[in-house]
Amino acid sequence: MNITEKIIARASNKNTVSPGDVVFGNVDKLMIHDVSGPGVIKVFEEWSKRGIQLEKVWDADKIWVSEDHFVPSADRISAENISKLTDWAKKFGIKKHFKYGLGQYGICHTLSHEEALVLPGEFYVGGDSHTNTTGALGALAVGLGHTDIAYAMMHGRIWLKVPETMLFKLVGKKPPHIMAKDIILKIISDIGTDGANYKAMEFAGDVVSEMSMEERLTLTNMTTEAGAKNGIIEPDAVTDEYIRQRTANPYRPVSGDDPNYLEEYTYEIDKLEPTVAKPYSPQNAAAARELQGVEVNKAYIGSCTGAKLEDLRSAAQILKGKKVKIRTEVLPAAQSIYLKAMKEGLIEIFMEAGAVVGPPTCGACCGAHMGILAKDEICVSTTNRNFPGRMGHVESQTYLASPLVVAASALKGKITDPRDIAK
Amino acid sequence: MTLKGTVHKYSKDNIDTDVILPGPYLKIHDHAELSKHAMEGIDTNFSKKVSKGDFLLAGNNFGCGSSREHAPIALSHCGINAVIAPSFARIFYRNCVDGGYLLPLEVEKSTLEQISDKDSLEIDIEKNEIHDVSNGKKFLIRPFPPLIKKIIDCGGLMYYKE
Repeated sequence: MNITEKIIARASNKNTVSPGDVVFGNVDKLMIHDVSGPGVIKVFEEWSKRGIQLEKVWDADKIWVSEDHFVPSADRISAENISKLTDWAKKFGIKKHFKYGLGQYGICHTLSHEEALVLPGEFYVGGDSHTNTTGALGALAVGLGHTDIAYAMMHGRIWLKVPETMLFKLVGKKPPHIMAKDIILKIISDIGTDGANYKAMEFAGDVVSEMSMEERLTLTNMTTEAGAKNGIIEPDAVTDEYIRQRTANPYRPVSGDDPNYLEEYTYEIDKLEPTVAKPYSPQNAAAARELQGVEVNKAYIGSCTGAKLEDLRSAAQILKGKKVKIRTEVLPAAQSIYLKAMKEGLIEIFMEAGAVVGPPTCGACCGAHMGILAKDEICVSTTNRNFPGRMGHVESQTYLASPLVVAASALKGKITDPRDIAK
Repeated sequence: MTLKGTVHKYSKDNIDTDVILPGPYLKIHDHAELSKHAMEGIDTNFSKKVSKGDFLLAGNNFGCGSSREHAPIALSHCGINAVIAPSFARIFYRNCVDGGYLLPLEVEKSTLEQISDKDSLEIDIEKNEIHDVSNGKKFLIRPFPPLIKKIIDCGGLMYYKE
């Protein structure tokens, strides 16, 4: 079995499982945020009208709550959602609530790894499609809707179909101007936004072994954009070190054992160009240099995809001592990352370059809150999606790119390959 | 069970959740309010065009993108009883079935070309058959996997007993 299958077998108390099997798995961890949380509460309200009451959640210690999409509250509805979610979490004894303005908080997926809330070998479900991110830790991390999350919260179990697995071997030596974001945009352009629908995407090879955990998280994060059920990487020394810096809690990693794959792809990373996904699809890739005349109005460095500490370091390396030509927003993905960036002097670099640095929030990535785009505005962004209307007006445009490309583009006011910025 | 209604056709592939229910409305959880914004990213008059029991016909990978259950909720509360498409994104498919909102019906790609906007359809779920009353043609629906069929028959995951 491959690692995805092994985790499903363990979660469903079976010796073996095969692709296509439908099983109920025991959930190890569960996450809701300020959009899915109120959605789940609404599901419970509807169930209650039909005689099914939530007396208690299956295990309050295994559930955590984040406030990330609509914080700080810009209107009454957002404020009331947060207030309702807070009361509800308290009522059901959920203690891990990462509140805006009260110590550590940030984007749910960033917290999952930054706080080691999910451990290798675990079956983790989250009320958000980018839950796939956490699979870089060697966990089975699956995004679900409100009803599924409500069911899992009540019963501690949920059904899942064992996916077929696609293996992506990343080989060669990664050049310094290439980031995980370039690699995953290239992969999505090859397989398409439904190329991994209902499937698992597993990443391996020298390039992955040598990658930091934060870069690995960019790969798994974007598997959602290929339709994947999950993205996963076999745990190794990098995983163990990352986890041990954050928690002493024991965990049981899995490793592949005569693994079977539906398809295997090999990517030679030496040859890869800095890659950008054009509007209006993450699969619409082109080399940054092919797009170098494209003028942009805004540069955005944010989200679970592109505002981890190393993303900020990469952007700062380009922006240091220079001035941005277009409005540029930097939103670190979590409070802890914001603080580390400040201690390293990165925030000073961003501000001296003329960028604004804002509080962690999903915000502009989903066009829901803060910094949204007007009609015809064009943004180059470290985020994950560029569907019509994703970051604002339905006729605005988003180009997806690595933090290096976004920072380089901020300096020129047009799409720019980081190699074309003078040192 | 036979469903009858008018079909609304949007043949684009990859109609995503940002189009079905745009991000700014994610803070809304009132079903009636959400339904006013269904498909706003592609057709701002959609909710006014739909009558109770109607169908939506779309291209490949319908519902890709986010996990927002707002998407099937908005469609269902506008009156849409089933979405017909060659394929669906996985979370959207689960949300339709487990929430008991509407039926995701998978058909051959060629079916998409042969059904026109505003045709009257009769859909027999037990026979896995779509009858286009307007042009007299019949099309097959890919049968639901056993667990999915059981959940649909229960009226949603809430009522399902393992």
